[in-house]
Amino acid sequence: MQDKMVPLMGVASAFIFAAQMINFPVAGGTSGHLLGGVLAAIFLGPWAGALVITIVLIAQALIFQDGGITALGANILNMAMLGTVGGYYIYYFLGLLFKGKKGTIFATAAAAWASAVIASSLCALELALSGTSPLTIVLPAMAGIHAIIGIFEALITTFIVGFMIKIRPDLIYKKEKA
Amino acid sequence: MVTGLFISVAIGALISPFASSFPDGLEKVAERIGFMEKGEGRQILGTPFFDYTIPGIANEKLSTSIAGGLGAGLLFAAGCGVAVILKRMKKKDA
Repeated sequence: MQDKMVPLMGVASAFIFAAQMINFPVAGGTSGHLLGGVLAAIFLGPWAGALVITIVLIAQALIFQDGGITALGANILNMAMLGTVGGYYIYYFLGLLFKGKKGTIFATAAAAWASAVIASSLCALELALSGTSPLTIVLPAMAGIHAIIGIFEALITTFIVGFMIKIRPDLIYKKEKA
Repeated sequence: MVTGLFISVAIGALISPFASSFPDGLEKVAERIGFMEKGEGRQILGTPFFDYTIPGIANEKLSTSIAGGLGAGLLFAAGCGVAVILKRMKKKDA
């Protein structure tokens, strides 16, 4: 692990915490905010990225009573595991298919959008499994609204990654060859 | 890095008071389908910083602003701390 990992994990945690506070209006009286899993993973790799999202979720639940202690496990599974690690591998494999800078940007946008939809779909599945709401109702509702929120996730993530590739390309995580 | 931390604290302190107060994706779905009340379970843990506010500050925007700025600083420390622990663990393995 490189030395820059320590401040980078600090900045990523601070930034994603702050960004998650910024709800922006999307459609029909609904708001959305950044998840940031794919964003974190592009700089830190999938596992350190997932750890950053986990730190943010724990702080939100413990300090600000947002998200909830009893929902923490589900939140970590949905957003840190599936949203971040899963989202990173979408980015990684799309990056293998589409080369060059344009390919990276496309992979970033697609993975960020997908991470929002996938994480919210898993949340819908959990709501259905817990008997909160039937899957046929809650899944299309959650996936639908997060397909729109995901567009913002993709825009914000792509803007930051595109900007950082220009000014600090060394900070982008490179998968070590096994 | 310093710039990144500065931007994060600035977002937390300066932009967060103006964030949309519309319900988010999950809250909206919960409202529409009607399972919002299931989220109002028994409180397990209390905190003085409930819903991103600082106790004793009546001005809601100022309160959110301080909570956002301090929160971002705290999260920076937490992120660095976890990274330092990880680094030490890796050294032991090697």
